[in-house]
Amino acid sequence: MSLVEIEKLTISFGGKAAVSDLSLSINKGDRFGVVGESGSGKSLTALAVTGLLPENAEVSGAIRFDGAHLPQDEKAMARLRGQRIGMVFQEPMTALNPLLRVGDQIEEALKLTGHEGDTAVAGLLTEVGLEAQHTDRFPHQLSGGQRQRVMIAMALASAPDLMIADEPTSALDVITQRVVLDLIREICDRRQMTLIFISHDMRAVATLCDRIAVLRGGKLIETGPVKEVLSRPADAYTQKLVAATRMAPRQGEPHVAEKTLLEVVHLTRAFPQGGFWRWRQKPLLAVNDVSLRVSAGECLALVGPSGCGKTTLARMIVGLDSATTGQMRFEGTAYRGSDLPPARRADLSLVFQDPFGSFNPRLSITQSLGEPLRLIPDLDPLAREERLMEAIDSVGLDRAMLARFPHEFSGGQRQRLAIARALVTRPSLVVLDEPVSALDVSVRGDVLDLLVKLQNQLGLTYIIISHDLDMVAAMADRVLVMEAGKIVEEGKPDALFAAPQHRLTKALMEARLPDIAA
Amino acid sequence: MNWRSLLKHPGLVIGLSATALFALLALLSLVWTPYPIADISIARRFATPGPEHWLGTDQLGRDMLSLIMSGTLTSFTVGAMAVLIGAGIGVPLGLAAAIYDGPVEWVVLRFSDLAFAFPAVVIAILIATLVGPGASNAVIAIGIFNVPVFAQVARGGALAISTLDFVAAARLAGLSKPMIALRHLLPNIASLIIVQGTIQLSLGILAEAGLSYIGLGTQPPATSLGLMLRDAQSLFLIHPWLSLAPGLAIVVIVIALNIAGDGLRDALDPRLRNRGLANVAG
Repeated sequence: MSLVEIEKLTISFGGKAAVSDLSLSINKGDRFGVVGESGSGKSLTALAVTGLLPENAEVSGAIRFDGAHLPQDEKAMARLRGQRIGMVFQEPMTALNPLLRVGDQIEEALKLTGHEGDTAVAGLLTEVGLEAQHTDRFPHQLSGGQRQRVMIAMALASAPDLMIADEPTSALDVITQRVVLDLIREICDRRQMTLIFISHDMRAVATLCDRIAVLRGGKLIETGPVKEVLSRPADAYTQKLVAATRMAPRQGEPHVAEKTLLEVVHLTRAFPQGGFWRWRQKPLLAVNDVSLRVSAGECLALVGPSGCGKTTLARMIVGLDSATTGQMRFEGTAYRGSDLPPARRADLSLVFQDPFGSFNPRLSITQSLGEPLRLIPDLDPLAREERLMEAIDSVGLDRAMLARFPHEFSGGQRQRLAIARALVTRPSLVVLDEPVSALDVSVRGDVLDLLVKLQNQLGLTYIIISHDLDMVAAMADRVLVMEAGKIVEEGKPDALFAAPQHRLTKALMEARLPDIAA
Repeated sequence: MNWRSLLKHPGLVIGLSATALFALLALLSLVWTPYPIADISIARRFATPGPEHWLGTDQLGRDMLSLIMSGTLTSFTVGAMAVLIGAGIGVPLGLAAAIYDGPVEWVVLRFSDLAFAFPAVVIAILIATLVGPGASNAVIAIGIFNVPVFAQVARGGALAISTLDFVAAARLAGLSKPMIALRHLLPNIASLIIVQGTIQLSLGILAEAGLSYIGLGTQPPATSLGLMLRDAQSLFLIHPWLSLAPGLAIVVIVIALNIAGDGLRDALDPRLRNRGLANVAG
């Protein structure tokens, strides 16, 4: 018996279809995964089921909930949402009211159902694995995972028949992601609740769901039981997505030289804490007495949970931030961060995580790409032009694209352009801050292949910062695990991941989502 | 941004065309008015609107239409000059505060607090006592009033932009702080400043009217909308039209500018729609 039935759903904005002719049927008790990349219409489909589409959306087709059409009346729809559908959003920080204690927010959700009272709140908190003391906290006093638990508790308040989770773990780090996924699975089992789980992550869906629908460009590509679809994908697109979840090792012949390129010596970065008694507060040590060495030609990976200081370390290495104590030596030049001499800056570069924020929307690609070239003195216009051409050729994009503006490019293309900008000064060391985590799964592999090709061609040294262990295992020669500003474990990826020693490394390994069954 | 997408915002079209109409009338008064504004003729005073004098004449027999055209020009000039002064000083100050934290930021913020504390009228009285009243003094007084507004808007916008990665990329590329401000921050806050400029222009026109009304702005024989109100106030009960005409002109111009400002904000940067930017001016 199907709980949600979507029939020929078409959603368009200004005549452009975002979802077209989509038919799905979700049975009672199913854990249904909706998978797709950005722009596939997966979130819009969920909003359509809850009747929360933006006002300018033109909708046709039918959606039936428990056999009845969704009510047109906004009040009746709100009652249906309040009593039978629960939602968990992607970003728990913005989905919770920052000025209300979480206990009050859960109680507000409870009020709609008439089960008020402290015992109900406490019961929900226990169910999602929080303690009673958390009721009096404000959202900013909780960690990302705890906030997501609060969101789940609110969604459960009305004892809904259907829970819709829209990318509930993509803002969380690996360990928390696993915990939240397990929690959702457990609650669905216990309550016999139907789940619609929206994600771009095939592995998360494979772990959690028993049925799956693959969307692309607003159209349904494939649907069926998870095992069947993922082990024998019928459509080429699904095959590509499944293949993208497996990272093939990418390193070629050993290329690590004996020469030390960068040396970090007892580096510490302290941030003063706020508050009224600020002189009494101990400073926060984002990077705490870190020493490391990077050989020429090496690919070094820094892994760790969010907030472990890996990005702060990277920013100091490239000279965006300065160390409080300690120093770094780059091919003999000693520096503490921002005091890196301009002449050396050309030899170091950084690729940012978010390809959308890393280009000035008002500058053409030529202008953005050419910016680092001021670091090289006496470059005549012809040589400048040549460098730009060379950089854009090396990342496999067309020369004509130089005249365009950032908004004309997709995320993957922008990341290629960001890599081109990092290479335009012909650096020897490139720091990659989560180079593929903001990209769609299907283009991640291409960008990683490109990085490996460039490393082999140009003899580059990489420092990769990531929380994605599979990517690290495929790319890195050596891995450093960081926690709370310190390096806690080091080793070659094969050895390190086969026999992790430190508690954190073990936790990271355990949180790894299982491979999709072949 | 093309013209067609601008047309999708009816407020912008209405506001801009009304503003443009008044601005054209004002510019026309530079070369032609129906009658010279200094042309006093007691014989035809208090004429009612008619084919000869479209908006009638005042107590000195001057043609009201000519006065309003010329007064609008004064109002627009004073308001626009004050916006130029405010943006010219305020935007660099705000950008400086955003890129150099520490003492520079402190000085700019305390300066703008200080300037916020003195309304334009107080500054105008101060200037008038020092150098005497006049339109140019009104420009300076309103300009000073505009400086902290633009400084705050520029600083706020620049702070939001400066956390983005492309600014970090520019620092890596060895750009100096002023270069980053000029190349990366300023173009991205330009729409904010244009919108604030329209709103400050309307506030400046209001302030000019106020200053002229209390006798600290434009002096006769030149005229402005505020000065016309002042001349007509003693006759308001007998000849209300003499006050209503310039008063309505002020109201329409200010409303048109505000609608245009709101429309511009929507058209230039849809993300700003909910931020209540117009309230910055206070």
